[in-house]
Amino acid sequence: MTDKSLSRTAKIAASSGSLGLWLRAPVPTSPFHARMQQLWLQWRRLRSNASALFGLCVVVVMLLAALLAPILATHDIYEQNLAARLLAPSFQHWLGTDELGRDVYSRLLFGARITLYIALLTTVIVAPIGLIVGTTAGYLGGWVDTVLMRIVDVFLAFPNLILALAFVAALGPGIQNAIIAISLASWPPIARLARAETLTIRKSDYIAAMRLQGASSARIIFGHIVPMCIPSVVVRVTLNMAAIILTAAGLGFLGLGAQPPSPEWGTMLSSGREFVMTSWWIAAIPGTAILLTSLAFNLLGDGLRDILDPRHG
Amino acid sequence: MTDPTFPGPRSDAGNVARPNPAFALLSILGRTLLPVFVTLFGLAALTFFIGRMLPIDPVASILGDNATQEAYEKMSRALGMDKPLWYQFGVYVKGILSLDFGDALTTGKPVMQDIARVFPATIELATLAIVIGTGLGIPAGVLSAMYRNSWLDNAIRFTGLIGYSAPNFWLGLMGLVLFYATLGWIGGPGRIDFIYEFDLEPVTGFHLIDSALAGNWEIFRNVFGHIILPASILGFGALAYISRMTRSFMIEQLAQEYIVTARVKGLSWARTVWVHAFRNVAVQVLTVVALSYAFLLEGAVLTETVFAWPGFGRYLTNALLVGDMNAVVGCSLLVGVIFVTLNLICDLLYRVFDPRTR
Repeated sequence: MTDKSLSRTAKIAASSGSLGLWLRAPVPTSPFHARMQQLWLQWRRLRSNASALFGLCVVVVMLLAALLAPILATHDIYEQNLAARLLAPSFQHWLGTDELGRDVYSRLLFGARITLYIALLTTVIVAPIGLIVGTTAGYLGGWVDTVLMRIVDVFLAFPNLILALAFVAALGPGIQNAIIAISLASWPPIARLARAETLTIRKSDYIAAMRLQGASSARIIFGHIVPMCIPSVVVRVTLNMAAIILTAAGLGFLGLGAQPPSPEWGTMLSSGREFVMTSWWIAAIPGTAILLTSLAFNLLGDGLRDILDPRHG
Repeated sequence: MTDPTFPGPRSDAGNVARPNPAFALLSILGRTLLPVFVTLFGLAALTFFIGRMLPIDPVASILGDNATQEAYEKMSRALGMDKPLWYQFGVYVKGILSLDFGDALTTGKPVMQDIARVFPATIELATLAIVIGTGLGIPAGVLSAMYRNSWLDNAIRFTGLIGYSAPNFWLGLMGLVLFYATLGWIGGPGRIDFIYEFDLEPVTGFHLIDSALAGNWEIFRNVFGHIILPASILGFGALAYISRMTRSFMIEQLAQEYIVTARVKGLSWARTVWVHAFRNVAVQVLTVVALSYAFLLEGAVLTETVFAWPGFGRYLTNALLVGDMNAVVGCSLLVGVIFVTLNLICDLLYRVFDPRTR
């Protein structure tokens, strides 16, 4: 929210008694007021959806853990202590120690940073590309549509992980390359979705009116079609985060994503693999973290779909 | 056909309404095959891009870093690096058409030969997985729709969500710890115990079938003990997808009026659901099953790594780890082709078996 809108909120809240009253006012007084009221309504609907709320809580906890990792961690995540290797969970080491005597709990916290970093950065790269390709193809139609959608089809012909693996093999292992590879593999479904949305909008009267007023294609696409596609893209992107987290963990597990001694969860799983038969916590804990995070994004995505995109619920 | 503006005698209306199915199939083939060929060409272009243009030095990425200068120059010439790009692409496509992906660095044999060797193991695993996933997933989805919003529905949906969200390589590891190391119920990693490995006469390449054909039930039990856990874990992912899709198809059907009619006629609820509603979604469900079969190939990459399963996924992983681009490109291209083919088959199934789409 910008400073201007904040001060406006404060002013209106002060003049009408309280923020709650302002949000529940029967008739909105300005477009901004209406938008805030709608947000409020959507938040209330999300609040009444238990599983989505659970998903949101887990995501928030993850974000906090990632942000506060240096404060919450109890040990240095790279410090090896071979005398204290493979210790079961205890008061000293809340989630035990790994094969090099490093504290699993502290590494888990820093691992959250890497996982969220990969998921968020990939989304920031993928969503705009998918939106632009999809809306352009859908609005312009004709050969532009054919060419772009053929390209999308080619990318969709590979399962996500296989394509990401092939790109990583060519680019070399590492987090940056993993992000590039996952992005290259996950933009096409968003483009497809945005195109489908565009096709339902492009014949509407208000688009025809814009055209008659002489608006350029670019203006119509970015000013009037993209905003209409955003709700369904937000839903899709949230669900995608779960898939991205799994792919990133898979790459890490195969030794092609983040490299040891990085505390990325998949990498932790793969380096603890040989000791898993005797020390279950080494693999159980990072795996549970991956499962919970991916589950949270799935639940949140399903909940957001009910709210933002009721047609496909 | 009569002039549309003058509806004449309707004697020939029956012929017009029912076109020859063989002809319909041909026209469908024509309409669907062209985009498929374009997509396949695109696949070739994309894999060419990944294999030859992305690596800074394609020759080194094929030979590895320790290649001699002589070998380097030989490979460089063999790849046609001195030729223009379009020429290289032409040679590449020609190789693909004759199923020649070059030699794999890891084994020194042609990639295609390697894939043919490891593929039966994956097919066996994936087939058992899809049997498990379908056998449990369809009833789960239908039950979920029948008792919508009940505790049963919630339990099934939650299980499905776990199937979506759990990393299958982790499930595999945990399964090994529990069922192999702790309980000792199943065989460990690998396809078969070492002592039996050379007793088995390879006929089909599928261990389960081979041992059954030989009538050697001891080996059969051993093989089954090895395959059941990885297949269940792969099948769990398929189950999640199949039950979710089946549920939403069935909910849509159960809201239709013909369901009410059937009930009013006095049919039992079970018969209405299974015979009337399910028959209408059977083709849709079938395509979902076919698609999940393709997705199992993706799941196999990680599962096979965990279970040391000597299949396609582990071959691909090993190739990735040593940067064997010929094998990587060959494998990904193959997966792409399988995907496109399965999609095409689904499309045809739909049109042939579902009169509503004609």
